Amino acid sequence: MYTEREILESLSKVEASREQRLKDRENIKRMTAEDKEAILKAYHPDYKDDNFENLKIGVNKGDKVPHELADMLQANPRINTADIDLANPTYDVDVLVIGGGGSGASAAIEAHEAGANVMMVTKLRIGDANSMMAEGGIQAADKPNDSPMQHYIDVMGGGHFVNKPELVSKLVNDAPEAIRWLNELGVMFDKEEDGEMTTVHGGGTSRKRMHACKDYSGAEIMRVLRDEVFNRNIPVVDFTAAIELIKDVDGKIAGAVLLNMETNEIMVARAKAVIIATGGAGRMHYNNFPTSNHYGATADGLVLGYRAGAKLLFADTLQYHPTGAAYPEQILGALVTEKVRSLGAQLVNRDGVAYIHPLETRDVNASGIIRECCARGEGVPTGTGQAVWLDTPMIEMIGGEGTIERRIPAMMRMFGKYDIDIRKVPILVYPTLHYQNGGLEISANGMTAVENLFVAGEAVGGIHGRNRLMGNSLLDIIVFGRNAGQQAGKAVNAGITLKDLTLSHVDAYKAEMKDAGIETDLVSPKLLPTYHHREANK
Amino acid sequence: MENMVDVYLYGKKYSVPSNLTIMKAMEYAGYQLVRGCGCRNGFCGACATIYRIKGETELKVALACSTKVENNMYVATLPFFPVVKQVYDVNVIKPTEQIMMQLYPEIYSCIGCNACTKSCTQGLNTMQYIAYAQRGEYEKCAEASFDCVMCGVCSSRCPAGISHPQVGILARRLTGKYIAPKSEHLYDRVAEIASGKFSDAMQELMGKSIDELKELYNSRDIEK
Repeated sequence: MYTEREILESLSKVEASREQRLKDRENIKRMTAEDKEAILKAYHPDYKDDNFENLKIGVNKGDKVPHELADMLQANPRINTADIDLANPTYDVDVLVIGGGGSGASAAIEAHEAGANVMMVTKLRIGDANSMMAEGGIQAADKPNDSPMQHYIDVMGGGHFVNKPELVSKLVNDAPEAIRWLNELGVMFDKEEDGEMTTVHGGGTSRKRMHACKDYSGAEIMRVLRDEVFNRNIPVVDFTAAIELIKDVDGKIAGAVLLNMETNEIMVARAKAVIIATGGAGRMHYNNFPTSNHYGATADGLVLGYRAGAKLLFADTLQYHPTGAAYPEQILGALVTEKVRSLGAQLVNRDGVAYIHPLETRDVNASGIIRECCARGEGVPTGTGQAVWLDTPMIEMIGGEGTIERRIPAMMRMFGKYDIDIRKVPILVYPTLHYQNGGLEISANGMTAVENLFVAGEAVGGIHGRNRLMGNSLLDIIVFGRNAGQQAGKAVNAGITLKDLTLSHVDAYKAEMKDAGIETDLVSPKLLPTYHHREANK
Repeated sequence: MENMVDVYLYGKKYSVPSNLTIMKAMEYAGYQLVRGCGCRNGFCGACATIYRIKGETELKVALACSTKVENNMYVATLPFFPVVKQVYDVNVIKPTEQIMMQLYPEIYSCIGCNACTKSCTQGLNTMQYIAYAQRGEYEKCAEASFDCVMCGVCSSRCPAGISHPQVGILARRLTGKYIAPKSEHLYDRVAEIASGKFSDAMQELMGKSIDELKELYNSRDIEK
């Protein structure tokens, strides 16, 4: 419950203006293209040059990335290559999937469907992934007033028109099929009584195409995919991280070096195709932001791929979700789903003013909150920083009593644990590090420039350009996860002959570091963040 | 000076700030977590925790990531619990009463003690959803179990050896696949795309310059 004087004073202003804001809500103007550009340049962290540095080595030498990522890309490998016995692998499979989230599980299921001998490795458990935490929904143009082209335009506009067209086209064309696949696996989508999918808007969508499973959308999808992996008896080696990729002497991908997270045992997995499905990087805490991401989101796949010669695309662009929880401090940075705004809650400043349209794209709304708090003095002090209000009681005034419990039960529960009833009082929010827009570059077949090295999910760059829309990440893990599994299966079926295995690319990378004068004690991939003592408050 | 409380992690006493969650208190004490830590926000069920406040008889359960520490809290974690997961082909099984009997017959040994409900970290009525499953009322079971994070605490407390989370997901998959009404518009659209209905328009769109796309984007109509 709110007890601080300044919060309570502002709260009464929010309550006082609510009736009028409700009446005026259809009239809030969307920002013009020029306004949007101006607010991004002034307030979005992606546009602050201090937050970035240029890479000194590798395929993207000279390109800018966040400091924290540069540190990991230009750190020492965790192994001495001479110590690794490549001739006697512990595992020998057709397809190795690295990562236990939604894209990894989708890939494994499809590779299995194609008849391949597939194995998943994950440094935590299958399902410990951002997929599990996606709340709001999944986009697909499956209504008569919508089309893949309409979806395409929204994706490109949201991404600032730099997305790779072949990837966007695949994303939107395969979207309805992805929903069908999930539904037939048994995912419980919200539907009307006649079977029509219940859909709403997300930020930046021009049609109501956001499908959901209450506000447990990702959890529902992930637990079904996990169940399906188990039903197929696909081996899942958990608490085991990939710490380096292996090639054959011709330069084709040939497996990975694995690390048991509990015993520190090093193992070798030989594989004819490898799918990187390692997810995002919120736990790198870029620019000291809190994050909505799960514990293992540390950009491991980017490091593995980069050392093996795969290229990064848009690694300098990150998504700050506008509505991270800012109060109470126990849940600082936790995701407050965009669906809260889809259902009608407005963003409101200290004085009770709805200063922006709640469904501008994420980058614009994050910038708007930073502007209110840091430039206009319109933020509410929370004790740990500044915040604006997200006026949740409006949802029930618009949708009727019971809407919150029915449509966003997870949000009600998350705040309810701290005696904040979101049906009755609004909540305080501030942007939180949410998504890695960029990642490893792939073609429409899911493959990187390294032969038979595939990437799927958040570790991919190019699908979402410089800003992802809500609901397109759950979509991309399914579309590109399935695609990577199918393509890897196909490649294996067509016949892949591996020659002798080698880690020479790791040695070459070390030599390149030395030549560039990089001396560091850091090792990578990071695998897990370290939170001790006061840092634990973050 | 922060307000400190005493917590007993696996029986060992630590003094930690009172505003921390159990998970952050463990990290404050110096633990580097590998097990028992996943999403850190109440969705993944990795951090099931059992605790007792000194002097009280009641054994409490919680997710460590979303529960504040209390003074004199004795904490044990349950990062893994061996539940039974039966393997089935979702395309072959049907939502009949027999399927539960075949796959999870132990649910009929429920003695009605309600320990599962009392121990649910999500506050679900677990025993009720098991009762629905017993009666083959899968849609009700699915709805009542929907918010389950599969942490497994219920199963750890069950004298009948029931794997409640696995019963719940079976009921939900049956509901999602067979019981919920079919979305005709979805199948229509999948067929249209497969027939190539949109191929030409999409090809044309992919060939557009950034300026042309900007024009289309900025002038697009937005559904009310």
